[in-house]
Amino acid sequence: MVPGTLDVALWRGDAGGGAFRRYRVPATARQTVLDIVTWVQRHEDPGLSYRFACRVGMCGTCAMTVNGKPRWTCRTLVGAAARDGKLEVAPLANLPVVKDLACDMTEFFEKWQRAEGRFQPRPGADADFAVVPPDSAARRAADAGIECIGCGVCYAACDVVAWNPDYLGPAALNRAWTLVNDVRDGARERRLRAVAGDAGCHACHSHQSCRQHCPKHLNPTASIASLKRAAAAAALRGEL
Amino acid sequence: MSARAETGLWLTQRVSAAVLALCVAAHLVTIVLAVQGGLSAAEILGRTRGSAAWAAFYATFVLAAAIHAPIGLRTVARETLGWRGPTLEAAAAAVGVALAAMGWRAVAGLFA
Repeated sequence: MVPGTLDVALWRGDAGGGAFRRYRVPATARQTVLDIVTWVQRHEDPGLSYRFACRVGMCGTCAMTVNGKPRWTCRTLVGAAARDGKLEVAPLANLPVVKDLACDMTEFFEKWQRAEGRFQPRPGADADFAVVPPDSAARRAADAGIECIGCGVCYAACDVVAWNPDYLGPAALNRAWTLVNDVRDGARERRLRAVAGDAGCHACHSHQSCRQHCPKHLNPTASIASLKRAAAAAALRGEL
Repeated sequence: MSARAETGLWLTQRVSAAVLALCVAAHLVTIVLAVQGGLSAAEILGRTRGSAAWAAFYATFVLAAAIHAPIGLRTVARETLGWRGPTLEAAAAAVGVALAAMGWRAVAGLFA
């Protein structure tokens, strides 16, 4: 490695296949992995495709596989991710590649819909403001998972998604759990039925890769475990 | 399979796992005590034959294993082989029936 440079390998290809291409990138203080990818596109290879938007860890669009681990690249410092000055960046696992480092997120978000991961107000909910005590157990449970930015890191890290492509995945199930705990929502039973099928919460093995890699430090495994218990209780009550 | 059926299987596997945890612990303690006591096979059979308590214990152990194992194997088959549908459900049920039949036959041998 030349002093002051990084040895960077970026995956180039499409859904049909591809390979890593190597670049030498100047090392600067506190640069992020996204800075590296952007430098390559602007100075070495204008044809490189990747996706980003906010650059401040809010939009969830820039996730990639960095040295084998799924990460949000805009908030990952090279110093924390590089090994011996080497960086290998690939598209997220478990998702189809569009081109180079950009994945097709369609299936990921369709699974949110399949998990009924959208707010559905109770009938008459628009009559008055809902009073939701912030320290109530349900609200605390919802708050624990509410900061998901939909980056897909947990989905890429999940072994069960790799084994069962129909599995709804940690993010969709985590979203469903936040809504199960939303007292303003009126679709609890339908949502529990949606997430308790053969590709839903009961398929989770609690490996906790989602928790390990979530850049927002959420714990989707705990949300999924809670969904399992809620579905079981609903089944015992004859509501499922 | 429906959400109710999947949830039922999940719950059944958890309950059978709890029963198995107790049965395995009791079984291991029994083995260690029997071996340390220097009991021969004939002496062990002398204690189990005609004992409704031992028969009930091991019959429960077998039942829990016969319920628990096929549910887990069904999951393994789905994830590793991509095997799904009625043939898998039938095969898993057959494994359970076979485990129960073989296990209870062994229990009958201890009791009778």
